[in-house]
Amino acid sequence: MSSYVIRRLLQGAGLLLLVSMIGFAILHLAPGGPLSQFAAGGDMTQEDLDRVAAQLGLDRPLPIQYLDWLWRMLQGDWGLSYRDQQPVLSVIGSHLGATLELMLTSTLLAMMIGAWVGILGAIRRYSLFDGFATIGAMIALSIPTFWFGLVVIYVFSVGLGWLPSGNRYTIGDESLANRVHHLIGPCMVLALVSTAVWSRYMRSSMLDVIHQDYIRTARSKGIPERRILIHHAVRNALLPMITITGLHLPTLLSGALVTETVFTWPGMGRLFLDSINYRDYPVVMGILMFTAVLVLLGSLLADLLYNVADPRLGANAT
Amino acid sequence: MTQTAPRVMQDEEDVLDVRNLGISFRTPAGEIPAVRDVSFRIRRGETLALVGESGSGKSVTSLGILRLTPKPPFCSITGQVLLRGRDGTVRDLASLPEDEMRDVRGRDAAMVFQEPMTSLNPVHRVGDQIAESIRFHEGLSRRAALDKAAGLLDLVGIPDPRRRLGAYPHELSGGMRQRVMIAMALACEPRLLIADEPTTALDVTIQAQILDLLRRLQERTRMAVIFITHNLGVVAEIADRVMVMYSGRVVEQAAVRPLFRSPLMPYTRGLLRSVPRLDFAGLGREPLAAIPGTVPDPLEPPPGCSFGPRCGGFLPGTCDAAVPPLEEARPGHQVRCVRWSALTGEAA
Amino acid sequence: MSASSSVAPPAAAARPARRRGGALRRFLRHRLAVFGAGVILFLTLACALGPYLLPFTDTHIDIMQRFAPPFSGAHVLGTDALGRDMLARLLMAGRISLLVGFSAMAISMVIGIAVGIVSGYYGGVVGTVLMRFVDAMLCFPSIFLLLAISALINASVSSIILLIAITSWMEVARIVEAQIRALRARDFAVAAEALGASDRRVMFRELLPNAIAPIVVAATLNVAHAILAESYISFLGYGIQPPTPSWGNMLDSAQSYLTSAPWLAILPGLAITLAVTSFNFIGDGLRDALDPRMDGR
Ligand SMILES: Nc1ncnc2c1ncn2[C@@H]1O[C@H](COP(=O)(O)OP(=O)(O)OP(=O)(O)O)[C@@H](O)[C@H]1O
Ligand code: SF4
Ligand SMILES: [Mg+2]
Repeated sequence: MSSYVIRRLLQGAGLLLLVSMIGFAILHLAPGGPLSQFAAGGDMTQEDLDRVAAQLGLDRPLPIQYLDWLWRMLQGDWGLSYRDQQPVLSVIGSHLGATLELMLTSTLLAMMIGAWVGILGAIRRYSLFDGFATIGAMIALSIPTFWFGLVVIYVFSVGLGWLPSGNRYTIGDESLANRVHHLIGPCMVLALVSTAVWSRYMRSSMLDVIHQDYIRTARSKGIPERRILIHHAVRNALLPMITITGLHLPTLLSGALVTETVFTWPGMGRLFLDSINYRDYPVVMGILMFTAVLVLLGSLLADLLYNVADPRLGANAT
Repeated sequence: MTQTAPRVMQDEEDVLDVRNLGISFRTPAGEIPAVRDVSFRIRRGETLALVGESGSGKSVTSLGILRLTPKPPFCSITGQVLLRGRDGTVRDLASLPEDEMRDVRGRDAAMVFQEPMTSLNPVHRVGDQIAESIRFHEGLSRRAALDKAAGLLDLVGIPDPRRRLGAYPHELSGGMRQRVMIAMALACEPRLLIADEPTTALDVTIQAQILDLLRRLQERTRMAVIFITHNLGVVAEIADRVMVMYSGRVVEQAAVRPLFRSPLMPYTRGLLRSVPRLDFAGLGREPLAAIPGTVPDPLEPPPGCSFGPRCGGFLPGTCDAAVPPLEEARPGHQVRCVRWSALTGEAA
Repeated sequence: MSASSSVAPPAAAARPARRRGGALRRFLRHRLAVFGAGVILFLTLACALGPYLLPFTDTHIDIMQRFAPPFSGAHVLGTDALGRDMLARLLMAGRISLLVGFSAMAISMVIGIAVGIVSGYYGGVVGTVLMRFVDAMLCFPSIFLLLAISALINASVSSIILLIAITSWMEVARIVEAQIRALRARDFAVAAEALGASDRRVMFRELLPNAIAPIVVAATLNVAHAILAESYISFLGYGIQPPTPSWGNMLDSAQSYLTSAPWLAILPGLAITLAVTSFNFIGDGLRDALDPRMDGR
């Protein structure tokens, strides 16, 4: 491991500590703090509440409570869901797959379309296509995801009847075809913003690259334009996209929550919203922390990947 | 006239015959005529040095020869660029279709650029970058092309060439990278090598090594070399003939000795005077002085001789009347100055 | 004091003045930005004055006229499940959504600028801690953060504004911090400091005005962001609470009527998209106008 990797991991650990403090602060922000759900029940006296508070260790000084909480989090003890008394981590785990499936497929879709739109926009800069792509991306970034979801359902489910309007599969039919059929709509919706992001950044990255000296060198060698484009230009222009994909993760997660809600997709976002509806604070806090950690790890991973992909920085660097 | 001119070159030994080359850029501010009416010839084994201040159009001329300037609406090329390929056929590069142009680039004519740091692709191994043009022009497999690339690295004096094939550009020093660039340019044994300030970014000892290398390679392959530089010391060392450019035009052209010994154009004299440590007759004792003033704005050129505003010999009514023609002052020595004979005391 | 104002300003004032001269012209040349500005002006005026001109109020319930489609009768844009006039509701909702957008932007700019300027100016431990805090905040996906907090508080227009503001100041802080750090090293801040100007004077009189271009751009984009954020949490039921209408909460129950009354979903969504796109266009135009070097990338 290079010193860069170690430094980056240490930074990530420091950031994780700050993230946990913010999470803990939010937990205690609620009127009545972590006890609010007992108070909300209404049938407990103040004495009862004090007793519960003491049981839960809530009468101790905040820093102690924080350290205790952090220690349990680190050990994987994220508390129990109020709803079904399941450990929070396993509740999250059982919903994670659906979310990842949605996020991964839509990211792939966005990469494929967005990268091409960006590349074409850059090499035909200021063309009609470039103009439409620019305006289109700007509008795509402005459309509320949930509304786009409603439009997709209205057009493809209500109107044309091509796509199911929700769920991950038809009950009793878990075949791949059925799953894919259900995935198309939400995948399309979640990919909208990512596609716009990819096309914008890919375009500017390509514009940077095609004016580099090494592109002129490649051209002076007489190799075909197509190969120059893909082998020399795109290869370099994709490097910064690794970072962009990492930075885009929070937006993607937010989009996933909304998409899952519209399409009744049984993922983490929907679980989050359901838990809020049920005042299931351990799960709410668990997911909040989980997503933050996911973002943190995502950007860490992006940095490390960049390090590997760019020979100037990677392990091969002397 | 230029359109119908026959595509023949008088001399079998000529590699390149540039006739009335004009290159202009379309920019939002207007049309920039970066190169105007440039004509020259270069023979096998010959080295032509291209000198002139920054912005005089040296790089644009060299890029224009291989049509590496921006695509047509943004840049237009006029005139003829006749190149004799290895099979002896003569082609006009200025009007060659793009796909045939690709066969010429890297094969009949190749280029070495100034910045070895940025001219190599950072994400590909140098071996693959050298092998690339071999694979495309000679149809060799990757393996065979890499073998040839190793031979080329050896040729340009890189030790342990097999291992270096796998190196990335950032792992090499500046001088090494420039050697790689040269190996890349020589990969398909071009007839013409254009080197645009190949040593400017290198320190002095490395510079000497690279010049030495180029000279050795040229002796071996008899390729023609166009060598662009700011350094007149390098010119004296490497060139057979010199072409001086000013604001897009050729202002003087001659063999090295006559040019250094008796420059006819006031601009050339100014250039030579601004160089230290050049003890050619008549120039050695004069004080070192840069040419006063700056290169004219290509969008608003002065009337007549474009060097006029900076010229000590400027004569109103004569110099600013019309653009002076390129005149054959002596056999093989051309100058673009209406007053050259008056200023040098020589008969025209 | 008088000495500093006679020495520092020439360096500080000369450049921005020349830049700003061409900025308006460049902005006007940016057709999309002008379009955006026109739309925002129109929307603002319509929301402010429109309700007084309509025959229906947004709260007028007409059960007989439930689900009247647009362009079919007295209700130009149709009615909702309770027979309320859609146009009147859209305009009243627009007031709330735009109010939330502008106010949340204003507050988030204040927080962001304050944090950015302090950490950029002082740097060191304070700066590092503040900027790491910004990094940590940015780890939380915004909708998750918004929902988690909004579930804990009592939703009202002002609490929603505050909530959106405290979850969207971080980018601004980053921009300002970077600008101030770069500017601080430049001569005029040093000159002003050498002349004994106070910290606060250097920060607000010398540094901030020179960082104004990216701040203005960020502010515009922040309005767009705030309007979107409001619509998301209102749609999910934790933002502006009915009967107060907002573009987001008008969509809340629209999904159930998607088959029978699609305009309930389409119209408010269009309003949001139009407003947000316009702000984004304006932001883009301002970026080009205030920083000519960026040539449209
Ligand atoms: N892509 C371009 N678009 C517009 N103008 C250009 C372009 N490339 C070059 N020029 C103009 O052409 C002129 C000649 O430039 P060129 O690069 O050939 O100079 P040079 O003699 O090589 O100078 P240097 O010694 O600095 O390399 C300059 O005035 C420049 O402004
Ligand atoms: S033509 Fe006149 S101005 Fe131009 S170089 Fe000759 S003497 Fe000088
Ligand atoms: Mg040059």
